[in-house]
Amino acid sequence: MEVTFEFDWAAALGSIPHLLPGIPYTLLISFGGLAIGFVIGIIFGLLRISPLHWLRLPAGLYIEVFRGTPVLVQVLFIFYGLPQLLGGPINALVAGIAAIAVNSGAYISEIVRGGVESIERGQREAGLSLGLSRTQAFRYIIWPQALRRMIPPLGNQAIISIKDTSLFSVIGVGELVRQGQVYIATTFTALEVYLMVALLYLAITWSLSLVLRTLERKGLVGQ
Amino acid sequence: MNHSNSNSSKPIVRMDKVNKYFGSLHVLQDIDLEIVPGEVVVIIGASGSGKSTLIRCVNGLEEFQQGHIEVDGNELLPHGKSGRALQTIRTEVGMVFQQFNLFPHLSVRDNVTLAPIKVRQLDRDRATEIANKLLERVGISDQADKYPSQLSGGQQQRVALARALAMEPRLMLFDEPTSALDPEMIGEVLDAMRELANEGMTMIIVTHEMGFAREVADRVIYIHGGQIVEQGSPLEVFDNPQNERTQNFLSRVLKH
Repeated sequence: MEVTFEFDWAAALGSIPHLLPGIPYTLLISFGGLAIGFVIGIIFGLLRISPLHWLRLPAGLYIEVFRGTPVLVQVLFIFYGLPQLLGGPINALVAGIAAIAVNSGAYISEIVRGGVESIERGQREAGLSLGLSRTQAFRYIIWPQALRRMIPPLGNQAIISIKDTSLFSVIGVGELVRQGQVYIATTFTALEVYLMVALLYLAITWSLSLVLRTLERKGLVGQ
Repeated sequence: MNHSNSNSSKPIVRMDKVNKYFGSLHVLQDIDLEIVPGEVVVIIGASGSGKSTLIRCVNGLEEFQQGHIEVDGNELLPHGKSGRALQTIRTEVGMVFQQFNLFPHLSVRDNVTLAPIKVRQLDRDRATEIANKLLERVGISDQADKYPSQLSGGQQQRVALARALAMEPRLMLFDEPTSALDPEMIGEVLDAMRELANEGMTMIIVTHEMGFAREVADRVIYIHGGQIVEQGSPLEVFDNPQNERTQNFLSRVLKH
C-alpha cells in the first residue's frame, strides 16, 4: 500500500498562535535559570581556584555532581523528590528554573574558572606592582578581561540551557514543547507542529547568537 | 623624583643574606646588596642566572626563604610574611616588565590613571592631568585614547613606563625592558630610561643592552648561578673584569 503524505501548511501555520504562549515560559525558565546559574557559576568558579583546599573541595564536588547527572533527572528530583523532604509541592515553573540554575551553574563554574585562569600572570603582577591589592587587581584587571573571554562559552551554555528546557514538558510546565503536545493531542498534526516548535527554538537561539556575536565584536576592541 | 645624592649614605634598598629556592634549585644565594637613592644599578648575567628573580624579590613578586629585604624603611620577610609592608613597598616601587603587561581592556590613559585613582585615591581629573603629562613626557600623548594593542611594542613599553611613574615611585625596577622589542624600537625605550636616570631616579635594571649599561649605570652587577660574582663601575666591570666567569660572560656578549 502506498502511503502518500501532504505537508499541511495550513496546520503548521495555524498551530503557531497555540505555540506562542509557550515562549514566555521557555524564556523565563531559560534566562531565569541562567541568571541564577551565572551567580552560582561565579561563586563556585572562584571557589574552585581558591588557594584554600577546603573551599576548592565543595566547589569541585558541586560541579561534578550537577555536571555528571542529566538535567532531566535533576528536574524530576526537584519537582517530585524534593516535596517529600519539604512537605509541600513545588511550583513547576520554579522547579524548572531551579533545575536550569543548578545545572548551568555547574558548567558556568568551569567557564568562569577557565576564563580567569586564561588571563596571563603578568596582568596580575603588573597590577600588584602598582600597589593594587589582590582584590583590586582581580576586580579591575583580571575579571573584566576574563568576562570578555567568557562570552563565547557562556553563549554556548545559554543555547544548551534553552534547549534543555524542552525536557521540562514532563513536569507539566507550559513551555514550547508542552504547548505543542497539548495542541497535537487535539489535531494529530505532529509533523507540522513539531516542525514549528523546532523553528521557534531556532528563532530564539539564533537571535541569541546574533546578540552574542555583536557583543563579542564590541569586546574585541582593545584585545 | 629628585632624590639627589644628599642622603646617599642611607640605602633605599638593603638586601641581607637573601636566599631563594625553586624547589631544590638554589636560585638566589646569600645576596647582599645595598642601593642608595639616585643610584642606577644594572644587573647583567646569563638567562637563568637569577637576575630577574632578584629584582622581583624587591617588590615581593617573588618570595624568598631566608634573609631579609628592606625597601625605604619597610621590611620584607621570608615566605611572603610581610603583611602591610608589602603593599607600602609596591606603591613606592615601580616596575617595567619585559612583556609590557599593559592592561589590554583599558585605554592608554586609563592604564596610567588606574593605580593613582584606586591606590592613591586621586580624583579622576587630577589623575588624568598627571597621566597626560607623563604620556607627553614619553612621547605618547597623541595615542592616549587608543588601546594598547593599537600601539607598537616600543610605544607600549613607554606607556608601561608612564604607568609606573604615575605612582611617583621612589625606585624603579626594569626587568629586561627591551628584550621583547623589535630592534628598531629599543632606542626609544632606552632614551626614555636614560632621561629618567638623568633626573635622578633610583633604578635597578636587568638588561642585555651592554652599551646602555656602560653609559647609564653607576654600578654594574654580574650575577652567575644565583650569586653576585662581581660588581663595580661600568669601567671596572666591562673593561677590567676580575672574575673569570665575568670575563667569559662578557667575551660572549660583547662583540668588539
